[in-house]
Amino acid sequence: MSTESLAAPVAAPHKPARAALPLRKEPGAGPAALRLEDITLSFGGVVAVSNIDMSVEPGEIRAIIGPNGAGKSSLINVISGVYRPDRGRVWIGGRSYAQVPTQKLARLGVARTFQNLALFRGLSVFDNIVTARVFARRANFIEQMIGLGRARRERLDARERTERIMSFLDLTGIRHTLVGTLPYGLQKRVELARALVASPQILLLDEPMAGMTLPDKRDMSRFVRAARDEFGMTVILIEHDIGVVMGLSDRVTVLEHGRKIADGTPAEVKADQAVIDAYLGVVHEGDEEEPAASSGSGRRVSSNGGLR
Amino acid sequence: MSSSVLSSVPAAARLSLPVWVGPLITLGIAFGVIPFVGTSYLFDAILTPFLALSLAALGLNLLTGYAGQLSLGTAAFMAVGAFAAYNFNLRVEGLPFVISIGLAGLSAAVVGIFFGLPSLRLKGFYLAVSTLAAQFFVQWALTKFDWFSNHNPSGVIDAPPLVLFGITFGGAVGRYLFALTVVTAVTLLTLRLLNTQTGHNFIAVRDHELAARVIGVPVLRTKLLAFAISSFIVGVAGVLWAFAYLRTVEPHGFNLDRSFQILFIVIIGGLASIRGAFFGAALIVVFPLVLSRVGSFLLGSYFDSGVLDMSQRIVLGVLIIAFLILEPRGLVALWDRVVRGGKAR
Repeated sequence: MSTESLAAPVAAPHKPARAALPLRKEPGAGPAALRLEDITLSFGGVVAVSNIDMSVEPGEIRAIIGPNGAGKSSLINVISGVYRPDRGRVWIGGRSYAQVPTQKLARLGVARTFQNLALFRGLSVFDNIVTARVFARRANFIEQMIGLGRARRERLDARERTERIMSFLDLTGIRHTLVGTLPYGLQKRVELARALVASPQILLLDEPMAGMTLPDKRDMSRFVRAARDEFGMTVILIEHDIGVVMGLSDRVTVLEHGRKIADGTPAEVKADQAVIDAYLGVVHEGDEEEPAASSGSGRRVSSNGGLR
Repeated sequence: MSSSVLSSVPAAARLSLPVWVGPLITLGIAFGVIPFVGTSYLFDAILTPFLALSLAALGLNLLTGYAGQLSLGTAAFMAVGAFAAYNFNLRVEGLPFVISIGLAGLSAAVVGIFFGLPSLRLKGFYLAVSTLAAQFFVQWALTKFDWFSNHNPSGVIDAPPLVLFGITFGGAVGRYLFALTVVTAVTLLTLRLLNTQTGHNFIAVRDHELAARVIGVPVLRTKLLAFAISSFIVGVAGVLWAFAYLRTVEPHGFNLDRSFQILFIVIIGGLASIRGAFFGAALIVVFPLVLSRVGSFLLGSYFDSGVLDMSQRIVLGVLIIAFLILEPRGLVALWDRVVRGGKAR
C-alpha cells in the first residue's frame, strides 16, 4: 500500500510520535485505521443508527451513502465525539472510546469537515487554516505575544504547513480574503484545507460536495483523492451523488433507516440486491418524502439507478 | 501583520497605504501636537475621559466583539481596577505606580474570571444577565466594606498624583499624556495578541464553537482567558478613569449606566474592531457637548440641563437602534465606506 511511504512528508519533521502512528501495525487484530463496534444512537425515542459495525483500512477512501435520515451524519458525529452513542465503541489508532473526546480529536489524528460550512467567518482564508494547528501549540498567550522560543517555532511551523496546504489546494491567491465573502465551493475547499493542515491520519468529510456545481465537485474529488495519495490519509466521506461516490471511493457502506444494509467495493454494492431495492432503484414508501426534503439528491439517485 | 483580524479595511484602501500609517499619524499628532495646542478644557473634559472610555471599550470589545461573550459588568471591572490601584498604592510602601496599575489589572482579571465562569454554560443574553451579578456585587461590596475606601466617611477618596518611571504627570496635559501613554501601550499589546493563535482562538470560539472544539481549541479555557484579558484591560481603564480623569475614586461612578455606556460605544463604534472602540468613545464623549451647544443655540433658555439630559438619552437611543438596523458593523464600517468612496472618485 502506498500509505506508509507517503505518510511522511507532512507529518514527519516536528511530531515524530504522531507521524509514527500510521506506520505501526497493530499486532494480530489487523491495522484498521478506524473501527466502529456495534454503535447504537438514539435521540429520545428516535433511533438514529443501530448496531453499526464498520472497519476502515488505513489509506482507504470509504464512502457512506444512504437516503436522508439514514444516519450518515450521526455516524460522523459519533466518530468525532459530538454525540455519545448509547451503545458500542469507537476504535481509533488502537484505542477504544465510549465517547471520543472531541477536544482531543486533532491530537488523536482525526480531522473533520461539516455538512453546513463551519468556517470562522471573521478570519481570512490563511488565518482559518493556520488556526487549525492549535492542537500542536504549547506556548501560552504571553509567550505567543512575545513571539520567541517555542512560540516562534510553533508559529513558523504552522505557517509553513499552511502555505503547503494552500498551494496544494490552490488557495494561495485568496489568502487574505475573509472566508465569508468567498463563493460556496471555495469555502468548502478552505474547510478541507483547515482539516488537512492538521495532518490527520483520518479525515472525516460530511457531504464535502453537497450543493456544489459539477466543476467544483470534480475539483473536490480530485483533492480528496490527492490528499489520500499524497498524505496517506484514511478518508471517510458522506456523499449523496452516487456517480461521485462510485468513482472516488475504495469501499462503500450503505445505510438505510440507521442500519447498515451493505458494505463492499463500489461494484459489489452496485450489484447488491438490497441496495438496489432500498436505495438505487425501487422507491419505498419510506423514501417518498425524500425528494421533497432534498431536491437534488433524490433526483440524482433515481437517474443513476440506470447505471447498473 | 495580517490586518483581517483587526479591521474590515477594504482591500483597495489597504493596498494604497500600509495599515499602520493612519494610526501612526494619529499617534504623532496626539503626542506631538495636541499637548502644545490644546486647552485644559479640551484635556480634562474631552480627551482624558475619551481615552479612558476607549480603553474600557477596547477591553469589552475583546470579550464581546472578538470572543463573542456578552457582558454587562464592564463598570464593575473598572471599579475593581480603580479601587485595587488605590489600595495597592496606599498600602504597599514605595510601590511604583506602574506596578500598581499592573496589579489593578490583575485584580480585575481575577474578578473577571470568577464572573466569567457562567460563560462555560451560558450564552448570549443569559450570559449577559449573569454578568449583571458582577455589576451589583462589586458595587455593593465597595460600598459595604469601607476598608476599600480606607474608612473614608464620604466613600469618596482623592487619587494620588500620577508618577510613571519617576516622571510626575501633573496638570491637565500631564494627565492626558499619562492616559495616552497607557492607552497606546495596552492597545499595541492587544493588537499583538489578536494576531497570535490566542487571538484566532477567540474568533474561532465566537464564529463556530463546535468547529473550534473539533480542531482542538480549548474552548472553556479560551472563554475564561477572554474574560481575564478583557477585565485586565477594563481594570486599567478604570484606573485611568479614576486617577487621570475624575481624580477621585468612588463606587458610584461605576454603575450599570457606565456598563451600558461602554457597551453602546462598542456597538456604535463597531464590534470586533480596535478602531471601533475609539470611534465609538469619541462619539459618546463629544456628542453630549455638541448636543448642549446646538440645543442652547436653537432653543435658548428652554434647553436647560434637564432637557439636555433627556434629549441626550433619546438621541443616543435612536442612534443605537439606527446603527443596529442600518450598519451593525458600526462607525468603522461607515468610515471605511466613506474612505473607499473618496478613493473611487
